[in-house]
Amino acid sequence: MDSATTLTTLIILFPLLGFLINGLLGLYSDSFRNKKGLIGAISNLAVFIPFAIAVYFFVNMGQGSEPIFAELFTWIEVGSFSVDIAYQLDQLSVMMALVVTGVGFLIHLYSIGYMWHDEGYWKFFAYLNLFIFAMLNLVLADNMLLLFLGWEGVGLCSYLLIGFWYTDMANSAAGSKAFWYNRVGDFAFLIAMFLTFQHVGSLDFDVVLANLESIPADDTFWIGLLMLIGATGKSAQIPLFVWLPDAMAGPTSVSALIHAATMVTSGIYLISRMSEMFVMSPEIMMIIAVVGALTAIVAATIAITQNDIKRVLAYSTVSQLGYMFLALGSGAFTAAMFHVVTHAFFKACLFLGSGSVIHAMEHVEHGLHDEGKDVHFDPQDMRFMGGLKEYMPSTYKTFLIATIAISGIPPLAGFFSKDEILAFTFNAGFGEFAGTLYLLLWGVGIVTAFLTAFYMFRLTFGTFNGSFKLPEKISEAAGAEKYLHESPKTMTIPLWTLGGLSVFGGFLGVPNFLLATFTHQEEHINLLHNWLYNVTADYGLTLSHSAEWILMFISIGIAVAGVFIAYRMYGSGDTEESDAKLANRFGTLYQTWKEKYSIDEFYEGVVVDPVVRMSEKGLAKFDMKIVDGIVNTVGGVVRLFGSVFRYIQTGVTSSYALALVLGVIIVLSMLIL
Amino acid sequence: MIGIDWFLALSALLFCIGVIGVLIRKNAIVIFMCVELMLNAVNLSLISFSSHYGNVDGQILVFFSLAIAAAEAVVGLAIIIAIFRNNLSVDISKINLLRW
Repeated sequence: MDSATTLTTLIILFPLLGFLINGLLGLYSDSFRNKKGLIGAISNLAVFIPFAIAVYFFVNMGQGSEPIFAELFTWIEVGSFSVDIAYQLDQLSVMMALVVTGVGFLIHLYSIGYMWHDEGYWKFFAYLNLFIFAMLNLVLADNMLLLFLGWEGVGLCSYLLIGFWYTDMANSAAGSKAFWYNRVGDFAFLIAMFLTFQHVGSLDFDVVLANLESIPADDTFWIGLLMLIGATGKSAQIPLFVWLPDAMAGPTSVSALIHAATMVTSGIYLISRMSEMFVMSPEIMMIIAVVGALTAIVAATIAITQNDIKRVLAYSTVSQLGYMFLALGSGAFTAAMFHVVTHAFFKACLFLGSGSVIHAMEHVEHGLHDEGKDVHFDPQDMRFMGGLKEYMPSTYKTFLIATIAISGIPPLAGFFSKDEILAFTFNAGFGEFAGTLYLLLWGVGIVTAFLTAFYMFRLTFGTFNGSFKLPEKISEAAGAEKYLHESPKTMTIPLWTLGGLSVFGGFLGVPNFLLATFTHQEEHINLLHNWLYNVTADYGLTLSHSAEWILMFISIGIAVAGVFIAYRMYGSGDTEESDAKLANRFGTLYQTWKEKYSIDEFYEGVVVDPVVRMSEKGLAKFDMKIVDGIVNTVGGVVRLFGSVFRYIQTGVTSSYALALVLGVIIVLSMLIL
Repeated sequence: MIGIDWFLALSALLFCIGVIGVLIRKNAIVIFMCVELMLNAVNLSLISFSSHYGNVDGQILVFFSLAIAAAEAVVGLAIIIAIFRNNLSVDISKINLLRW
């Protein structure tokens, strides 16, 4: 084995090892379960070492260098069908591995503090490691089937982790919901895989991408569409996005991991990986862009009306993923990956920050209980918060930084990536396909940018500004603020690291025109673009520099406007009052948003209920009458014969022996005579 | 020199005693001994023929059948002991639990 293969093996194996050690020892040894420091250390190391190796690959891999293939062994070989456990390290997969392990490691570190008092501490860390293992298989796989293995793996882990507090029925239901919605997408992805194999005869990415011409144009469309459906399941896009907000039932660090670093980015990764195929079908590109834009604005409008801080963030994630799909559909795969990276930084920071807030609020609840006051409130509801910035300075500052970043205020990370997406969408409006539709989508993107800034600052102001609302709401909770405290170091260090990344992450992808306008030369200062140019099929920008400047100022202006209006309405921290005003102004529209467009109810009525009714009325009867009938008839015939012949069996040994002897005598006499 | 007929007659007599024992006795251990008797009757005839024809094949066969009889005795006795532990009896007319 050469060194690359060895290192790749190690990347994959360490999280698996961490899962096995923590999982098995925790399962069989009670004393091990209490060694929380040890469990946390094992689990963190199991992610940190792969991160270090990924950094090594990143440093040693040149721009535009050929991919490294690490083939471990043949997994399945049947006829002409052969799949290896083999990994492909190129610029795209190494970058994804860096994000998964890097941000994943910070989340692991944070979880030590966050989950310290939880009974299932060991189990939690075992699951987290398994999650990272599955995700690394997904991003590093060199063929679709291995990718699918990781794809299902993260699905399983999300089920386990979302329903982590399984004694509560609602949490289990949320886990199942995520699982089912993902199954719908996975089914489509499987069919896409079958179709690809039918035409190309291989599932290896490099073989498939090299033989795209052997797939008929019609089937390119269908494979693309099916893959897109698969991606909408994992990445929570319309029509399969409803599971993600419910996924908030899991522990906060899980939300951060699922939403920011791992699972939901896999759809975007898949489409980027197969980008050369997707660009062959303009219709598919258009569908992707439309799905993305619609998801972005639908989720953003719902986010405005939510009061649960984690739910706001969840809808925000859905909305930002919509941006990424918009970028994919505009042929800006690099921009989409750029937003994946920056979004991982600031969204992880936001989720962990919200976790820190929830941690503090739960502490208040416990403190009040210890005083003998039976006060119950939802620690995630921002209507009980307000004024937290005095008590939790680190959390406040990092949360604010990440909020500014996601709102698209320069020069923080979110600004560059979002601006690039919008510029490319606008650009696609003048490209060879689709045209004006993309200008419309750009408009949707701009509105969403405004909404993003608005709801994110609504959230920040509502949580941290003004006065602490809990004592005002519940008179018994007077003086509760003395229980508010900053979180421990293992939680604030990841927060600050992610905060820093949210500030500087954007410089990975500074647009080329910024320098080009002044030097009048085409300088390639967009590091990410230089890094990814040979693995994705990007469309180039054809806009003039002045057009790019104008677009940039429009997006800055819109973000600032969003922040300003949010400040005017929510700056004082009086969330409910301003919400009421908003509800008055928008009337039924606001109501629709508040009811989340009734999509859940729609699915319930159109899909779930008919299926349940058909099962009860039709299939259950069929099962009982026809299927059971056939089986019972066969059994009945056997019983009938048995009831006749069983009397021959007396169970008395000597009579058997007599029959034997008689038989022998008869046979012998027949032979002799 | 005694002729082979005598040996064969003795063998047949032993075999019949064995068969009758298996058929009429109820004690499993006695039945077992009767089976051994039958085996040895056959062994006797094999040796007789072997010596009569001056060919050692028959004697070799006897070694096989002895080894197999030993193995069979081990298994059979183990089963009888197991049955005895459960039933406190080795009367085969009572061992018909699996009937019907």
